[in-house]
Amino acid sequence: MGYDLKMKVWRGDATGGDLVDYTVPVEEGEVVLDALHRIQATQSGDLAVRWNCKAGKCGSCSTEINGKPRLACMTRLSTFEPGETVTVTPLRTFPVVRDLVTDVSYNYRVAETVPAFAPEPRPADGQYRMQQVDVERGQEFRKCIECFLCQNVCHVIRDHEENKPAFSGPRFFLRYAELEMHPLDTNDRRALAREQAGIGLCNITKCCTEVCPEGIHITDNAIIPMKERVVDRSFDPVTWLGRKIFRRDQLPEAQVPQGRAE
Amino acid sequence: MAEIERHSFDVLVVGAGGAGLRAAIAAHDAGAKVGIVCKSLLGKAHTVMAEGGIAAAMANVWKEDNWKVHFRDTMRGGKMLNHWRMAQLHAQEAPDRVRELEEWGALFDRTPDGLISQRDFGGHRYARLAHVGDRTGLELIRTLQQRAVALGIEVFMECTITKLFTSTSAASTEKRVSAGAGRISGAFGYWRESGRFIAFEAPSVVLATGGIGKSYKVTSNSWEYTGDGHALALEAGASLVNMEFVQFHPTGMVWPPSVKGILVTESVRGDGGVLRNSEGRRFMFDYIPEFFKAETADSEEEADRWYEDKTNNRRPPELLPRDEVARAINAEVKAGRGSPHGGVFLDIASRRTPEYIRRRLPSMYHQFKELADVDITAEPMEVGPTCHYVMGGVAVDPDTGESAVPGLYAAGEVAGGMHGANRLGGNSLSDLLVFGRRTGLNAAYAAGRRGERPTIGDEEIRAASEHALAPFGIEGGENPYTVQQDLQEVMHNLVGIIRTADEMKQALTDLAALRERITRLSVEGHRQYNPGWHLALDLHNMLRVSECIARAALERTESRGGHTRDDYPATDDSWGKVNLHCRLDGDGVGITREPLPQMPDDLRELFN
Amino acid sequence: MAAPTGIKSPTRARIAARTLRTDRWWLYPTFTALVLLAFVVYATYRAFVGEHYFAEPYLTPFYSPCVTTECVEGSSHLGTWVGDWWALSPAVLILIIPLSLRLTCYYYRKAYYRSFWMSPPACAVGEPHRRYTGEARFPLILQNIHRYALYLALAYNVLLTYDAVMAFKSPEGEWGHMGLGTLILVVNAVLLGLYSLSCHSCRHIIGGRLRNFSKHPVRYRAWGMVSLLNGRHAQLAWVSLVWVAFTDFYIWMVASGTWSDPRFF
Repeated sequence: MGYDLKMKVWRGDATGGDLVDYTVPVEEGEVVLDALHRIQATQSGDLAVRWNCKAGKCGSCSTEINGKPRLACMTRLSTFEPGETVTVTPLRTFPVVRDLVTDVSYNYRVAETVPAFAPEPRPADGQYRMQQVDVERGQEFRKCIECFLCQNVCHVIRDHEENKPAFSGPRFFLRYAELEMHPLDTNDRRALAREQAGIGLCNITKCCTEVCPEGIHITDNAIIPMKERVVDRSFDPVTWLGRKIFRRDQLPEAQVPQGRAE
Repeated sequence: MAEIERHSFDVLVVGAGGAGLRAAIAAHDAGAKVGIVCKSLLGKAHTVMAEGGIAAAMANVWKEDNWKVHFRDTMRGGKMLNHWRMAQLHAQEAPDRVRELEEWGALFDRTPDGLISQRDFGGHRYARLAHVGDRTGLELIRTLQQRAVALGIEVFMECTITKLFTSTSAASTEKRVSAGAGRISGAFGYWRESGRFIAFEAPSVVLATGGIGKSYKVTSNSWEYTGDGHALALEAGASLVNMEFVQFHPTGMVWPPSVKGILVTESVRGDGGVLRNSEGRRFMFDYIPEFFKAETADSEEEADRWYEDKTNNRRPPELLPRDEVARAINAEVKAGRGSPHGGVFLDIASRRTPEYIRRRLPSMYHQFKELADVDITAEPMEVGPTCHYVMGGVAVDPDTGESAVPGLYAAGEVAGGMHGANRLGGNSLSDLLVFGRRTGLNAAYAAGRRGERPTIGDEEIRAASEHALAPFGIEGGENPYTVQQDLQEVMHNLVGIIRTADEMKQALTDLAALRERITRLSVEGHRQYNPGWHLALDLHNMLRVSECIARAALERTESRGGHTRDDYPATDDSWGKVNLHCRLDGDGVGITREPLPQMPDDLRELFN
Repeated sequence: MAAPTGIKSPTRARIAARTLRTDRWWLYPTFTALVLLAFVVYATYRAFVGEHYFAEPYLTPFYSPCVTTECVEGSSHLGTWVGDWWALSPAVLILIIPLSLRLTCYYYRKAYYRSFWMSPPACAVGEPHRRYTGEARFPLILQNIHRYALYLALAYNVLLTYDAVMAFKSPEGEWGHMGLGTLILVVNAVLLGLYSLSCHSCRHIIGGRLRNFSKHPVRYRAWGMVSLLNGRHAQLAWVSLVWVAFTDFYIWMVASGTWSDPRFF
């Protein structure tokens, strides 16, 4: 039940590029990544595409398919109209390397700025104790496969390159939320979430949640709770007064790692 | 030649899966300057695919559990061919390695009293797999990744190592030498992104490159699994042990083509799923071996009763060991009773209610729905064996992880010995942690003892660059994608689950032809992120490893664990005392028999 | 002219189109804009018109509580303590509360940022603004007052519930009456109450802010219930919005004598 699929694949690099037409034979049940692989094997051996597990578990093959940020390995060809042309481009928020591969190092740089987990000391018997209800919120966030589709779709940096230095993006708000809700963590990252991660730049238009292939409720369960925690700390007059009176603002918050260890 | 990028480390770790990251963290903790090189982005390694859990005798669920029971289970699962010392260290240290992950932020599922929960798995006497739902591997790699980032360990992402330098390779850059006396001095590779070369000078190199699955047509492994570490070690002078043992999981998806090989968990059968051929027959009843007759049901009625009443009924034959089931499926397909796409039917839809299936097997339900558009509550799945794991790997010292080449270490799937002839589920993740840490520490200590860092001569680098660039110099040669497909056909058809001498001899002839063809590969385009070129270089490694597997498999004239011979179907006790080692021999590889290390008496007593 | 930014930045893949989406992504922002606009026009007219807002025993939620001397007789259960200095319609005074809640609501923010501000109009569709500072600066930093708007709104919900209860009195002041208007007011109070309770700030305050649920079992259960409602926050936002307008319209019609209120008992 194979047929010929019409595709437009963006090919090029930082100096320029174009949508190139391909006609590729595909079989029933295949996904966009299969079609790209067939182009590689039979038409353009040097077509660059990043992929690994091909089972939606590693988050490598993030591209934009018909303009929507998606995993190429999880986009079944049967979701398109017969005869529809499938357009595949690289992520449009990150610098392009070649063809469908982009330079996602922005995300790894941001990851380095999130203060690490700082647990309380182990109890005498050496066994940490946590209840299932307390770890479940964090577990949802740790389903993240770091495909960076949320980072890619976020208009704060997609449409405004200049915001990148001051903004961590949804994936890392998730990380902040995970640590803030971790039953054993001892740090307070609320000021950092505001000042360093730039959570105030987010206007909760929810595109990150829409594109998440893991179905994580990024906005409702992570970003908004983090914004509310920032309100607790920075915009709540009662706690503000408390901090002024009891000099709580002198207490240390989590430290940003200062430079990288050599 | 232009000056190339050079870096100098105490310990260079190749691979950023569980073992590589754990090794890097340990080496860093021991005071070494560490670099990690990985073929993909950080956090994408194949470890993310592990689902079940990490086996560790923590005794959180069963107080009776301890390292001796775990050790015994592991040895028996490996058909007693494991290196006893590795199995011992593994069982003893796994609990601490798991608890350590919690200190770095891992969120395991909990028992009611707040400890790490543990689940049952095949071959383990007690429930001992620490887990996070069915995505334990992701949790493990993310935890280690975040720890490594917090420590500021330098990572070279999307960078592939193509050669290891040793003191002997410096002496003779003209010819590749096979002697194993050289000491490690560094590594050479290329950036995938730019195609530019990079050299690392390091007195200790840890290989943590994973497995070899991509040499097979149907595999649960990702593209990276091209046996790089196996081949690099071989060429540096180390030996590979137990390469004939390749684990085929009986149930991988076979249809649609896009998901061929992806794993279907054993729990489907545990929860009532049955295997049927194209005639609708539950064929497993025809394949009950003499050895298991006493404990296996011989009628469908009894098998079905077992699910409700396990004491008065015997197990259904669908729950025989993995190799038995894989063999049976293979035989049915060969006899022409397979499903339309070359597998058999795994049917749970007609046996359990949709609600039950969705509740017990949520990830399987999701996997088939998303990837195959198959509703497993309404129709049967098509499944077939899929290449899953290689038990064989670099022969290492059990305590330090060092190979026969001084300064060269291996941990994880690329190391051999730990799992013997067959690996138990859950033991791979604990293997990564235990031996990742051990090799990292010892690599750092050794680097410290050695003092100064080695240097690599320009000549060596020039030779390595020329070798890597060769495919660009050939026009109108072979397409690397076609050669890879042909290699996968050979390994799948001739050195697959069921092996015979004739087929393996044929395979060796075919591999020799492929070896000749890969000297004529040509790639189009330029060096920047060129997957055709990357594959051309990987093929070299895949062929080396395939040859080791084929030769070792031909040599071992018995059936045991992950190695099944149609012409020698029985397990032979005299083979139970022998390990096969694979070493470079001229242009090819050679096999030698070596005695299995002897277990001390106090451990031997555990088996009485 | 400044250097191009966003998807036109020099390092990114050079693709001319603002979006390559082929689906009808403009449907959501257009529809949202139309409904919100229609509500604003209707509500503004009704708030300023200052008549037909009370039909014994029904007081429209737009004018509840009615606390200026201008209020028609019988509509001021809480007295007219604001006095006569307030020159505008009494509705304007009170509507500030629900307006501030809805304006700073985490759901409506998405709705109007997308549909009116086009920031962004839809996912992966380029936005037309050159600069963007989000909610980090004045005036949008004021969105952080949402929880205070919630506190006020919860008090307002109590008053609306009171109005709904009062609707069980007949025009003659006897208990035991129920007309169609009573039912409409009850539904209105319930929907507005659920909308407030399902709010993200409410979810945070009631239990979301805790690090250890297991140490606060009661708040954990409350959080679980609010979380369930919170999953329907968007739907509740729309339904309660339409219903409150309908409630007002119904009472307007009854008060102006256009139709009469069917009485059940």
